[in-house]
Amino acid sequence: MIEVTRDPIDPFALQQSLANPAAGGYCAFEGWVRNENEGNEVERLEYEAYDPLVIEEGEKVLVEARERFPYLSARCVHRVGLLEIGECAVWVGVASKHRDEAFKACRYIIDEIKQRLPIWKKEHYANGDSGWVNCERCASHGSAAAIAD
Amino acid sequence: MTSGMKTITVRYFAVFREHAGVAEEVRRTTATTAHDVFEETRDRHGSREPNGHCKVAINDHMAHWETPVNDGDTVLLFPPVAGG
Repeated sequence: MIEVTRDPIDPFALQQSLANPAAGGYCAFEGWVRNENEGNEVERLEYEAYDPLVIEEGEKVLVEARERFPYLSARCVHRVGLLEIGECAVWVGVASKHRDEAFKACRYIIDEIKQRLPIWKKEHYANGDSGWVNCERCASHGSAAAIAD
Repeated sequence: MTSGMKTITVRYFAVFREHAGVAEEVRRTTATTAHDVFEETRDRHGSREPNGHCKVAINDHMAHWETPVNDGDTVLLFPPVAGG
């Protein structure tokens, strides 16, 4: 299951939702808001997502992960909106019979999510500027171009 | 209707939306593929990036740049993603 939420992520509640008596291993990844990127002091992040395709493409990722690394259950939640330093932006959890599948499926899911899902991240800097991550070369307007320097 | 002319909706996201100044617009076009739409709207989304770094969807399904565009379609132009 993959979800997009505007509310704070509760990792413990999510972990509990994967509880399964057949599971001997559980692995989770949490992506946190960091206070620096490429030398710029970051004050907060703003995430935007196109929910219908996050869900459609995200479910494909979960299926692919299960085919490669058979797990019992997996779940992913991505936060959108304005996030402060230290907040959890994305959570991935996998429960499996043995640890190997949990580790590998978790890694596969977060890596594919970062590359494929229509989610964008805007950094707000301490100096008042802002910029869309990975878009520094793709748009010619001032704020995005600023972080290419 | 002029031969090949169609009406489509183009939606812009994130930096593309900020650059275009609108989230979506209806366009009359002779574009035959998603790539044509990307090129036709270059002045709107402002992308200098090769479009391989961007993604496109048509009618809420991920598409390829060679995917044909038909009358009535909604084309979603996604700048490079950065989830996580």
